[in-house]
Amino acid sequence: MTVSRPMIEISGVSKSYHTRSGEEINALSALTVSIREKEFLTVVGPSGCGKSTLLKIIAGTLRRTGGALRLNGTTIEGPSRDIGMVFQAPVLLPWRTVEENALLPIELQRGDVQKHRRRAADLFDLVGLAGFERKYPNELSGGMQQRVGIVRALIHDPVVLLLDEPFGALDAMTREHMNLELLRICEAAGKTVILVTHSIPEAIFLADRVVVMSPRPGRIVDVIGIDLPRPRELEIINSSAFGAYARQIRSLIGARGSFDA
Amino acid sequence: MSVTGSALPRSRPRRRSRQIFGDSKSVALGLVIFVLVFGGWELVVRLLNVPALVLPPPSKIVASLFADVISGQLIADTITTGLEVLGGFVLGAGVGLMLGCLIGRFPLLQKTAYPYIIAFQAVPKVAIAPLILIWFGFGPSSKIVTAATICFFPVIANTLVGLRVTPADQIEMMTAFMASRSQIFWKVRLPHALPYIFAGLDIGIVLALIGAIVGEFVGATGGLGYVILQRQFSMDIAGVFAVLVILSVMGILLHELMQWIQRRVVFWLSENEDRIVGG
Repeated sequence: MTVSRPMIEISGVSKSYHTRSGEEINALSALTVSIREKEFLTVVGPSGCGKSTLLKIIAGTLRRTGGALRLNGTTIEGPSRDIGMVFQAPVLLPWRTVEENALLPIELQRGDVQKHRRRAADLFDLVGLAGFERKYPNELSGGMQQRVGIVRALIHDPVVLLLDEPFGALDAMTREHMNLELLRICEAAGKTVILVTHSIPEAIFLADRVVVMSPRPGRIVDVIGIDLPRPRELEIINSSAFGAYARQIRSLIGARGSFDA
Repeated sequence: MSVTGSALPRSRPRRRSRQIFGDSKSVALGLVIFVLVFGGWELVVRLLNVPALVLPPPSKIVASLFADVISGQLIADTITTGLEVLGGFVLGAGVGLMLGCLIGRFPLLQKTAYPYIIAFQAVPKVAIAPLILIWFGFGPSSKIVTAATICFFPVIANTLVGLRVTPADQIEMMTAFMASRSQIFWKVRLPHALPYIFAGLDIGIVLALIGAIVGEFVGATGGLGYVILQRQFSMDIAGVFAVLVILSVMGILLHELMQWIQRRVVFWLSENEDRIVGG
């Protein structure tokens, strides 16, 4: 595993807040983990374990208070062109069409919007949204809106894709379907992926490795390699190996954490 | 309304038919209220022998209004006042919108420049109308300025509020995709402020009408406010009421115009509301 330099190096990253009364709260405490190129890493843990905070620090929208963070060998000190982010809510702009929403990163980074229309069309094909380019977000279902969010995250061809509980707001059936789609999309796009979730089955199903976190202060309990064959189908959830991983992660987090799905 | 998605297509026509039914009901009730108010007014004035100098009966007001419309003698004054209102509105709302954007974009100005605007707002505009008359003369320009000073404040205040209510997750999204502060302002904060800005414009355009009339009261050579004063001097009270009717219609039309523009500019909001009702 030491063949190639890691894509993302997180070493000793911590984050602390000061409350209004001046009390210091450690949200993240000395996290260390490396992510290989084209690896699918999932981060699982109960609410309040700081997994979304970690993702925001990698995305550069939140400042870390300690430790080092490198992307492709370069220290991350803010938002980067090399990162595409999918948020918990789709966060689309309602006055823009689906296509205009997807092309927003190109516009913001002052790229050639016309040239990227072709790429947007390919990505809409990939996520199954071809023909919806001229619609407005409120004409789309929640799952479709989140697909637009995925196209937007991939439009500028970033090296790394970050997803913050992307399907948390969807119903269980749509969620399973979207997870399958996500695996297919990420394999086709060939990205390094970090996905945050509070669902243990989702974390195992998608991952090459699962980072298990515990709350207050947020820290990494263990990193578990998932040795399940790819491409993965939903039936794999019923396999004994899958069950063993789920039991292992559940026991790592302890009985205190509560989970759905 | 039903919560399930499958009921959505069926619920649409049902809603429409209920609306039509509701409309006919409201039309009937509207008629009843209309008859009660104006019939009662007419009756009370006639039964109590109220002099027409104090309160003319609606029939006399309608007759006076009808005479005005037929003779066309108020057309020029109506146009004068209408242009003053529009001119004042464009000036006041334009300055309010620009200053609001400037202060919203550069928060330092909120503390350093906005207090002066608040202080200006605290001065009753009616009280400075005589000064404006001295500075800008008896022509329409003094009325335009008076209207502008009155309709300016709701526009700037609403612009500032609207610029403050941008959802945090949208700003975070923009930041993650490397947006600059000015890109966040133009592409997210300002569009988000539009419903608030239009609320301010809607108040502002009716205030501009008040401003124009106040300006004409202070000193003018034409306009509906000037006609009101003339008719008051000649004790033509029914004629004064006729002008009030014209002013009221003008105010309603201006309000409807703003609503019409708002529906076209802030198109995504009404669609959203439709979805909430239908779903």
